[in-house]
Amino acid sequence: MKSAPFEYIRPETLAEACAVLEEHGGDAKLIAGGQSLIPMMAMRLARPAWLVDINRLGALKSISVSDDALAIGAAVRQCVVERDPGARANLPLLGKALKWVGHVQTRNRGTVGGSIVHADPSAEIALVACVLDATLVLEDSSETSEMQAREFFFAPMVTAIAPEQCLTEIRFPVWKEARVGSAFEEVSIRHGDFALVSACAQVALDADGLCIRAALGIGGASPFPHALPEVGQMLVGKRLDEKVIVEAADLAAGLIDPDGDLHATADYRRHLARVMAARTLAAAVEDAI
Amino acid sequence: MSERLYPVTLQVNGERVEAQVSSRQTLVDFLRDSLRLTGTHVGCEHGICGACSILLDGEPVRACLMYAVQAEGCSVTTIEGLALPDGTPGPLQDAFCETHALQCGYCTPAMIIASHALLEANPDPTEAEIRDAIGGNLCRCTGYQQIVEAVQLAASKLAKGPK
Repeated sequence: MKSAPFEYIRPETLAEACAVLEEHGGDAKLIAGGQSLIPMMAMRLARPAWLVDINRLGALKSISVSDDALAIGAAVRQCVVERDPGARANLPLLGKALKWVGHVQTRNRGTVGGSIVHADPSAEIALVACVLDATLVLEDSSETSEMQAREFFFAPMVTAIAPEQCLTEIRFPVWKEARVGSAFEEVSIRHGDFALVSACAQVALDADGLCIRAALGIGGASPFPHALPEVGQMLVGKRLDEKVIVEAADLAAGLIDPDGDLHATADYRRHLARVMAARTLAAAVEDAI
Repeated sequence: MSERLYPVTLQVNGERVEAQVSSRQTLVDFLRDSLRLTGTHVGCEHGICGACSILLDGEPVRACLMYAVQAEGCSVTTIEGLALPDGTPGPLQDAFCETHALQCGYCTPAMIIASHALLEANPDPTEAEIRDAIGGNLCRCTGYQQIVEAVQLAASKLAKGPK
């Protein structure tokens, strides 16, 4: 359980980091918190020849709030987001999701961007990014590009990022309606383990309690964090009472196609998805009132 | 095969340490094998069991999920660093003895590191907060109950001030 040998580089600037990626391509790997990468290297599932440590890049460590977005630097540690007043006030959903991410010790090192590029299908931060359709800022030596989170994830640990790119910032949309509520729930074998199924919901209600906007997603039941915009669309204009929520949860369970494995059968995952979708939608409505 | 060595300078239990390390040496292997600080244990070596927990700049982290070279400029506290200045166990360690919060002892240093960090941040934790704080540390002997009791006992003793 020891990593294979590699050359270690700790660049001082993002440009320097991108230059290393440009030079070494797929032989180089960025490391931020390392909470997923180092286990993979220990098990030799990953064997980068060059490890580029971006932990000291100040440019990737800021959190800022603008009119309609919360921008989080890719190397901001999860524990920092948990405590950040701007993040807590503008995007409570992310804080609710972070409670399910690993443990205190891993959140003290793990980063927001690292979790997204690692792209575990049950990752909580990635699910929030997909449900809200966050904008991902990707940089390489020559250009900066943007991509929506819903287009970023292809399969377990497979994303649209190119070997020479660095994820630098994640811009989570901030909903400005007066009454916004959110919830995140998951079922795992032990707290901190990979979710068998997770669900994430956010709703905005008008003064009469009718739904203006809704977003729901299911994690752990698809090869990628699965945003379900169809469910959000179905809820707009409705009063989110028990009957409507049950219909939405049924729709959600029908839209996913989970696999079974040692830990849970496909049927059980679908059952969990239905239950958790209903539970998070109800909790989000409660939170919005 | 000779591997390239990288210089690293850090503080360990308040003392400055300068060393040359291979890039792939984890921080826990560096602490144990190079510094002979064997109080920090190696369990799973891939971030599941929590036995290698240390304080990095005051926050608990898993020392198997960091390479030693990454600790450049950091301050590390291990279980050895939590003893009182005269070398005797601190109040939290005493509490672990008093409530029989250990059997084989393998998880104990890390349990104490995690509990110490909790009590520093939150001197009067609820039982749920204690269970959350040690949630990343596996113990296969105690069933956790006595560990929770140890942290509760330490919290109440610390609240009353030094003996």
